[in-house]
Amino acid sequence: MKPVYIHSVGSVSAQKTFENEEFLNEIREYNDTTVKVIDPNYKDFIPPAAARRMARGIKMSAVSSKNALTEAGLENVDAIIVGTGLGCIGDSERFVSDIIKNDEQFLTPTRFIQSSHNTVAGQIALGLGCKGHNFTFVHSAISFESSLIDAKMMLENDEAITVLVGGVDELVDHHVETHRLIGHIKKEPLASQDLLKSKTEGMVMGEGSHFFVLSNEKTPSSYSELLAVRTFNTISKDRLNQKINRFLESQQVSIEDIDLIILGNNGDINFDDYYKQLTTGIFANTAQAYYKHLSGDFDTASGFAFWLANKILKTQHIPDVVKLNAIESSSLKTILIYNQYRGENHSLTLIRKC
Amino acid sequence: MSELKLELKEKIIEQLNLEDVSVDEIADNDPLFGEGLGLDSIDALELIVMLDKDYGIKLADPKEGRKIFESIDTMAAYIAANRSN
Repeated sequence: MKPVYIHSVGSVSAQKTFENEEFLNEIREYNDTTVKVIDPNYKDFIPPAAARRMARGIKMSAVSSKNALTEAGLENVDAIIVGTGLGCIGDSERFVSDIIKNDEQFLTPTRFIQSSHNTVAGQIALGLGCKGHNFTFVHSAISFESSLIDAKMMLENDEAITVLVGGVDELVDHHVETHRLIGHIKKEPLASQDLLKSKTEGMVMGEGSHFFVLSNEKTPSSYSELLAVRTFNTISKDRLNQKINRFLESQQVSIEDIDLIILGNNGDINFDDYYKQLTTGIFANTAQAYYKHLSGDFDTASGFAFWLANKILKTQHIPDVVKLNAIESSSLKTILIYNQYRGENHSLTLIRKC
Repeated sequence: MSELKLELKEKIIEQLNLEDVSVDEIADNDPLFGEGLGLDSIDALELIVMLDKDYGIKLADPKEGRKIFESIDTMAAYIAANRSN
């Protein structure tokens, strides 16, 4: 099987990440229960005629995918694979609300077209003229990792040479309202720098789009090698260490080989225990980082972690704002990303400098 | 009629998300499709729904749309002659 490399990255997030030369030089802090992305000037990336029908998720992804392709020096790819928890939920909500408001009449095509989950992958393919494999994975908090697994398998088996892989979710009013009602979003605003001190239930909900070009051909500018990705629907807390150990063993990697672990703490008092168990347990002597105080939490927030991990390997620098402890690694070679949402949909992603 | 034309321009800008276009930039006799405003077939469907919803006009033959949606002038004339609300 062929190895898989990450050639390039592209990100639109709640931080100024859409400029690839930047790496968290300027931090945007917030004090809220939701956090939106910093919008790039979309007109610089998307022709106005095309942009007018695009939902936010599509616009964000048009920019992040274009940035990833530009950095990789590619105009097209063999496959496009996107992970999303809810697709273009904004247009889905508006379409359903039109159905109710207009008594199932006068339904217009634009919102219907954009109300499906696979709109983002489709729109990127239309823009590029890519007629290859086009797939969308909708698996809650492991949507992005599911896309990575699909791309990895394609590349390992030489079914493609370059694959554009991404994760996207957008923040919209009704979705926020319903999540607030069921207690999944915090009731009181929380300052980003206080995320880890939170003693309340729920998350600060965010949004974002992260795209990467993966390939089975290494280039001098490749960010990293994707060693392994594993997802689990459920893991009880008492079996978490065992699952991680087995995952690492399958890659002939030990805990001591991990130079940095990136964790998905979202400040939910009921579920951050999973992370605490690792930071005070098997990874107590490992450098640790977190990121959801910068990105907010959403189904594909781990795309931000993947972006962060690759930037850290490329720059060999861990920004202070993401550090969870003071342990310094002499060199940064191997990074493990662990994420879960409300105790379900756990993922482990292992990358190595190449 | 001029009020109706203004109303149509506002509705077209809003419903078709023509963010960069203002009412003043649409001349009454500008072609809406092709080289004028640059609308396309999906916009044509949006306009057909708008005629039905806002003016109570159902287009029995969608081919009629080609003439009706030629410009703001032709749309306003058709609506004035056929509207039920």
